[in-house]
Amino acid sequence: MTQPVLEKAPPPPAEALLEIEDVSVEFGGGKRWKAVTHDISLSVAPGETVALVGESGSGKSVTAMAVLDLLPANARRTGSIRLAGEELVGASEKRLRQVRGNDVAVIFQEPMTALNPVYTIGHHLAQAIRSHRDVSKAEAAERAVELLRQVHMPSPEEKVKHYPHQLSGGQRQRAMIAMAMASEPRLLIADEPTTALDVTVQAEILDLVRELQQRTGMGVLIITHDMGVVADVSDRVVVMRDGRVVESAPSRELFTRPQHDYTKALLEAVPRLGSGTTSSAVADRAAPPVLQLEGVAIEYPGSWRKSGFRAGHDLDISVAPGEIVGLVGESGSGKSTIGRLAMGLLPVAEGRMEIGGRDVSAGSRADLAHVRSQVSMVFQDPASSLDPRRTIGQSITDPLRWTGKLTSAKACRARAQELLDDVRLPKEWVDRYPHELSGGQRQRVGIARAMATNPRLLVADEPTSALDVSVQAAVLDLFSDLQREHGFSCLFITHDLSVVEQLATSVVVLQHGRVVEQGPTAQVLDAPQEDYTRRLIAAAPVPDPDLQAQRRAQRLAG
Amino acid sequence: MRRRLAHALTPLRLAALVYVGLMLLVLVAAPLLAPADPLAQDVANRLAGPGGAHLLGTDELGRDILSRIVYGARVELLIALGATVVSMLLGTLLGLLGGYFGGIVEVITMRVVVDVLLAFPPIILVLLAVTLRGPGTGTLIVAMGVLFAPTFARIAYGQVISVKRLEFVEAATAFGAPTRTRLFGVILPNISAPLIVQVSLTIATAILLESGLSYLGLGVVPPTPSWGSMVAQGQRYLSSDPHVLLVPGAFVVLTILAFGLVGDALRSGLDPKSRSNR
Repeated sequence: MTQPVLEKAPPPPAEALLEIEDVSVEFGGGKRWKAVTHDISLSVAPGETVALVGESGSGKSVTAMAVLDLLPANARRTGSIRLAGEELVGASEKRLRQVRGNDVAVIFQEPMTALNPVYTIGHHLAQAIRSHRDVSKAEAAERAVELLRQVHMPSPEEKVKHYPHQLSGGQRQRAMIAMAMASEPRLLIADEPTTALDVTVQAEILDLVRELQQRTGMGVLIITHDMGVVADVSDRVVVMRDGRVVESAPSRELFTRPQHDYTKALLEAVPRLGSGTTSSAVADRAAPPVLQLEGVAIEYPGSWRKSGFRAGHDLDISVAPGEIVGLVGESGSGKSTIGRLAMGLLPVAEGRMEIGGRDVSAGSRADLAHVRSQVSMVFQDPASSLDPRRTIGQSITDPLRWTGKLTSAKACRARAQELLDDVRLPKEWVDRYPHELSGGQRQRVGIARAMATNPRLLVADEPTSALDVSVQAAVLDLFSDLQREHGFSCLFITHDLSVVEQLATSVVVLQHGRVVEQGPTAQVLDAPQEDYTRRLIAAAPVPDPDLQAQRRAQRLAG
Repeated sequence: MRRRLAHALTPLRLAALVYVGLMLLVLVAAPLLAPADPLAQDVANRLAGPGGAHLLGTDELGRDILSRIVYGARVELLIALGATVVSMLLGTLLGLLGGYFGGIVEVITMRVVVDVLLAFPPIILVLLAVTLRGPGTGTLIVAMGVLFAPTFARIAYGQVISVKRLEFVEAATAFGAPTRTRLFGVILPNISAPLIVQVSLTIATAILLESGLSYLGLGVVPPTPSWGSMVAQGQRYLSSDPHVLLVPGAFVVLTILAFGLVGDALRSGLDPKSRSNR
């Protein structure tokens, strides 16, 4: 395969499609303005993909939205933004409206919220077509089907009649892309287009964007926090931090010879498959298992007049003392469901569940009390799993008070301070509220709360997926340390195979509520037996442009 | 928090807050504040205009209007506050239970109780209560309390529906919080802001309704002074001595306005997302 990266030499500025020069975005009003980005400069040539990378709060989205002036009312932009030589800063609202959608199209992270739920996909597309071209309704409807075909939507004639909620996440994003392509834009701005999608779907969407780009020659500005995605699609990379560009370089150069310390740190923090770090946990298989599932089926209880939904079938999973079991799978695979089952939040519909040697399948009050004395949980999103109206000290010791283990306020406070110390947070923070903490600090609080009851089994449901990579690395380190010190067993739920490789002693791969494959981590990841596992491993993007190019070729050939 | 407070308190809202404060003072200390006995008749000075010996004039029986306003305020506020407390407790409980448990509990609380109550015209409902139990403070408090409960129930219900999906509520379940703690210790504090705002708005509505009922002779039993009955009596002297009607009428309007403004202030003070727009 010829490498498209080499065909495109960095274009001279005159050719650039989009030029952003010294752009700052400021928030405020009246006389008080506060800059959130400072003198950002970057350019995108026709047919080129530029990735704008950074962690949350780095100003990457704000910069991209500044191009079309899609900023909140209390924001303003300064500097110069030129589209094919035409100045957009200070352009009339009328001209900007023409540019939006016509010359520049945008796709967003969450297609469910970007599509209007009361209209069909066909209606959305027809609107997009008719707002740019004077065509009849019938022609627009025809073109809508054609556009869906171009984005490889299965059975496009049917899908135009569907409403957004009837499509899968990947299909919705395809529909969004079809809308964006309706006007054959010269520039596509993609704001975290695959963050909400599963890895295998992500790969398909990125392939699609690449294919469309090669066909139409449009420039693509992709905003992402995922170095794997960057390596997969970008020709050039602009790294942002705290509202400034810290490094800007051709993709391969950036990954092989990062210049700036922050870029280096960012690349180092990305967990990668086959990096050699493996779990430090030691499973004690001679002892009876902490959690044992035998032929378990799980059902979400139906509400009044509605029947339940079966989310797990025939599950045989066992967790030995000290063992970290990684549960992996895509959304809807039932991995979180199993976590909730182990926590006693869902009943056992069929089969047998043992926790700490006691059969708790019946789910009686005493069974649940037993489960809660043995099992604890770390939730996915620390922003919503802590009560905003309670101090972190209260939140941490709530499990103890609720189960009657500690009652006096003084004892609770002392225990909270101890636990804060365990998760490397200052003891003085007991009286702070969650909103005063950063995402990573909040997740430490979440871990401290889970540790409060000295659990034998910890269920961790995607505890780092809401965090930035550098923060994620620190939280995972803390997690391993705590596991070594306290020796608890763990069900670690994640979609990220590289995290599993680092942390888990064994892996359970799930699909549609069934176990596809399970075994020791090294065995499953290095020599997967099942096709589905192989596809999962192949789809996970790695921060290496050459490897990604190889994989893409394989994917498109196969 | 402090900035939010400064933001929420516009001069007008501050004035309203001071007014409401004075009203509450009247509620506890009416006998000390009223210049005269509200029932004493100064026949020589009947229908006297404002100013002079009687600051706000006298009515057709020569009773001091200011004193009647002060004592009337006491009754007015007692009923309004009482009805609001009853409706808040009842409505919040209904909404909390219906929203949290769903299913059959929701059908009973939100459909059977709340929707049926909403189907009654307010005046008819109170008339029914007054007919059955006779007019009086207690009857009015209970009847109006039941009448206003559906608003609280609906607000609470909607809030519970959105809050109960949040992970911290599931976390409470996972960590063994009993149902009572989940409902009153975890969910209730997180849905309280819009309910508190509704309290001040309900007080305003209750004052309006009570005045209306007293005007119709269904509210507080004479001779106990009440703003509504004062307006009703003053009506006859509208052309000759308008102050007999206008003074109590003005107090009804001012009080309703003040509680409404306090509600606005609470809304922007308690909700970090709302921007004050007066």
